[in-house]
Amino acid sequence: MGEHISMTVNGAVRELDVEPRRLLVQALREDLDLTGTHVGCDTSQCGACTVHVDGKAVKSCTMLAVQADGAIVTTIEGMAAPGDGGALHPLQTAFWEKHGLQCGFCTPGMIMTAADLLANNNDPTDDEIRHALAGNICRCTGYQNIVVAVKAAAVVMAEPRGSAAPASV
Amino acid sequence: MTDVLDAPKLSSPLGKPIKRTEDPRFITGQGRYLDDIKLQSMAHMAILRSPYAHANIRSIDTSAAKSMPGVVAVYVGADIPYNPMPMAWPAGGSAGLQNNISTPRTLATDSVKWTGEGVAAVVAETEAQAFDALEAIHVDWEPLPAVVDAEKAIADGAPQLHENAPNNKVFEWTVGDKAGTDAAVDGAEVVVRQRIVNQRLIPNPMEVRGNIGWYNPGTDEYTIWMSSQTPHIQRLLLAAFVMGIPEHKIRCISPDVGGAFGTKIFCYPDYAMVLFASKALGGRPVKWVEGRRESYGSTIHGRDHITHIEIAGKKDGEITGLRVKTLANLGGRLSTIGPGIPTTLYARVLSGCYKIPNVYAEVTGVYTNTTFVDAYRGAGRPEATYVIERAMDLFAAEIGMDRAEIRRRNFIQPDQFPYDNPSGLGTASGGAKIYIDSGNYEPAMDQALATVGYANLDAKKSEAKGRGKLLGLGLSTYLEVCGVAPSKWIGAVGEGWGAAMWESSNIKVHLTGKVVVTMGTQPQGQGHETTYAQVISHELGIPMEDVIVQHSDTQGTPFGYGSYGSRTSSVGMTAAVKAAGKIKDKARRYAAHMLEASPDDIEIDGAEYRVKGSPDRKKTFQEIAFALDLAFDAPEGMEPYLDETAYYDTPNCTWPFGTHIAVVEIDEETGVVELVRYVAVDDVGNKINPMIVDGQLHGGIAQGVGQALWEGAIYSDEGQLLTGSMLDYAMPKASGFPIFELGETVTPSPVNPLGVKGVGEAGTIASTAAVANAVVDALGGLGIRHLDMPYTSQKVWSAIQSAKGGQA
Repeated sequence: MGEHISMTVNGAVRELDVEPRRLLVQALREDLDLTGTHVGCDTSQCGACTVHVDGKAVKSCTMLAVQADGAIVTTIEGMAAPGDGGALHPLQTAFWEKHGLQCGFCTPGMIMTAADLLANNNDPTDDEIRHALAGNICRCTGYQNIVVAVKAAAVVMAEPRGSAAPASV
Repeated sequence: MTDVLDAPKLSSPLGKPIKRTEDPRFITGQGRYLDDIKLQSMAHMAILRSPYAHANIRSIDTSAAKSMPGVVAVYVGADIPYNPMPMAWPAGGSAGLQNNISTPRTLATDSVKWTGEGVAAVVAETEAQAFDALEAIHVDWEPLPAVVDAEKAIADGAPQLHENAPNNKVFEWTVGDKAGTDAAVDGAEVVVRQRIVNQRLIPNPMEVRGNIGWYNPGTDEYTIWMSSQTPHIQRLLLAAFVMGIPEHKIRCISPDVGGAFGTKIFCYPDYAMVLFASKALGGRPVKWVEGRRESYGSTIHGRDHITHIEIAGKKDGEITGLRVKTLANLGGRLSTIGPGIPTTLYARVLSGCYKIPNVYAEVTGVYTNTTFVDAYRGAGRPEATYVIERAMDLFAAEIGMDRAEIRRRNFIQPDQFPYDNPSGLGTASGGAKIYIDSGNYEPAMDQALATVGYANLDAKKSEAKGRGKLLGLGLSTYLEVCGVAPSKWIGAVGEGWGAAMWESSNIKVHLTGKVVVTMGTQPQGQGHETTYAQVISHELGIPMEDVIVQHSDTQGTPFGYGSYGSRTSSVGMTAAVKAAGKIKDKARRYAAHMLEASPDDIEIDGAEYRVKGSPDRKKTFQEIAFALDLAFDAPEGMEPYLDETAYYDTPNCTWPFGTHIAVVEIDEETGVVELVRYVAVDDVGNKINPMIVDGQLHGGIAQGVGQALWEGAIYSDEGQLLTGSMLDYAMPKASGFPIFELGETVTPSPVNPLGVKGVGEAGTIASTAAVANAVVDALGGLGIRHLDMPYTSQKVWSAIQSAKGGQA
């Protein structure tokens, strides 16, 4: 049934057959059991489903899985260094240390969007962070500690390599 | 914010900003929310929902749907023998009061009362197949006239929703002294009257609701995984009231809950639907997850009041009377505690933190062809705060008094506690009463005024005016009642709540000294796994990492009423403190046996149990636990193992308060409102984890600001929800907020040993009124004395234009 596609997901090649109408987020969550990517709406407003496709933040509910054929996809599960006890990505650490999450449902999308921002702007202002997160909705935090966390991560990521921080995709 | 800490190994973590223990799973994508759960042979359910706001169902033809690919079964209301959903909190308290109750059935049978009421359900192999088959169901509808506005619904000639509710009235409820208030208001020097609207909101937790039902034919038992704030209550309601089976035949499990804000308290028809379907299918697990658009008709809405205020007093600023009439729109049928919100949780705290001697309120609950309305963050108290805080500003403007001074003039003073407010908190029958037990309102206000630079307000307005901006500042000196509730008060005859409100906790100490705490409360993002561990670590003198906190499963946790109404810290954690006290007491007795001393001679210092005066004679908590688990040498009459359960029924509610100040700038040309500063000084009592407290305030403030500036559910006259998706409903975004500037005063609650009050709702209760008052202040120079929320640029621009036109 369906179309055969191949994606590199969190560093591993994954082959699957999908219905043409299957969304990328459905393929990730239901076919690959990567449930860290969440679905919070059905109109592409909330951003809980944000992943990286070929290095750019994408709402995975706005893409068909077949469109990701051949793509490199990173989800929240791929942000920490590989392996047991792998070091957290600086954004993951910062969200934890700055209380940038409460219920945690929007958090994976927030982290993926913020990683895209920091890949393009390593010293964002508060305003730049708030506008970069315009497509990610959080109902718990009032965004304040999310902004604080992204700024804190930016500082860590701008430091010279040598820390255990893995590169963002 | 203070730097956060890893859990300390030795000193007590209580009161410290400890990093949350639940976060590692959430930041790595390892949380387990409802929709992340897959069970063997699980089928998927989709629900057909009414496209009409009001219609009779002549017939439903499911034959085509049943033959669609992958379809396992199709159900309609007539297939389901269950009772309608329960009504747990009708309006109560007045003699002769009648509640005209209609609650939803699992699926509607004869008629629908709002767009989104469920009428049929498809179970299929995949979710997509289930949705495909919905399209093949043919319902023969008889559309009926609809009404969505509460004022229109009670008018003569309005479409009637329910035979048992003449004029669409659910109840007509009153509280307070009518004669005294009439005299005070009608004879006052100054009376200010205003009609205000507290618009309908859609709560929108980021995780929608969903359930998985599983019937085990081998044991004749049901299990339901549910995104719920109240798994224990749901077991009770589903078993005893809806399905008519013994309570012990249902197990309810709430996995990680992705936000709730009240919406996940209630007993929803879809719970019964998945359980019915699983049994009908011989035990196949059946999953249903609402879509976001679907949720706007399948999960409750909040607020939706139309209120007429009359506030009366003297020209010197003394408020002497408050008379309020409110229409509360409760939707097409009633949600579980819908009537309790605009009655007890609203009108009984209408006078806020002010000593107003005469208060009287009439509240009419109204059916309309809209989604049901129930508790949304703050639940009645934001509506009450909006009324009284707008009223104080209106009165101050009328007599030309400073808005801070009129509040100062009328605050309940520190030496006046305990204070019985006249809108009825102290008048519940049965001898039970709750009263405002503590507070000190001026220091919080003074701190907030100093932080915001209130003395320089005129200069700031002038400066902004030079930039084409109208600057406004708004105060909200709120009082919250939370930590519900003394059971004998909430359950008092006539009050109407059909249950108690105590909490529970169990502590087990394993042989290795590791501690498992279970509780009856249920987190939804508040960090209970961290804060309970902080409390128990402090109480038992053991490292936080030795404390595991478990919750959310009726099998394995003691019965509890759940988490809402900012009650977990004050009620639930007090139960945990009590359980820890029992553990320590038994450990002391066993330590005395081990040390050959009298229990009275054992002193406890953290995890050390020492003989007084002989500090070398001691046992650690872990040594005691080890020995008592083995029980090789237990004394006569002492049971092995450290395992204690405690139940706690609070003697009073708790009373957080504070002052929030919003500063807005309005672009005079476009009407765009920008929130430029937000100062909040809150007194939530002692803080178990100040980092988490701050986070609760941030989020609460943002939700209240959202109501003031952006949010609002809008129905067409025909009952179609025009704000029917996140595309149309204005959710607050990061770019809409400044940094919130938080301050504090700390007045420990006198009713619980931790001195905590609760903070889950305070921000929301306070902030809507602060922003509203700021916007009206900004527009005051144009002669505008009130404007209803939300303050969209279109609404504000129109108000500015008409005010200017009026001046010309």
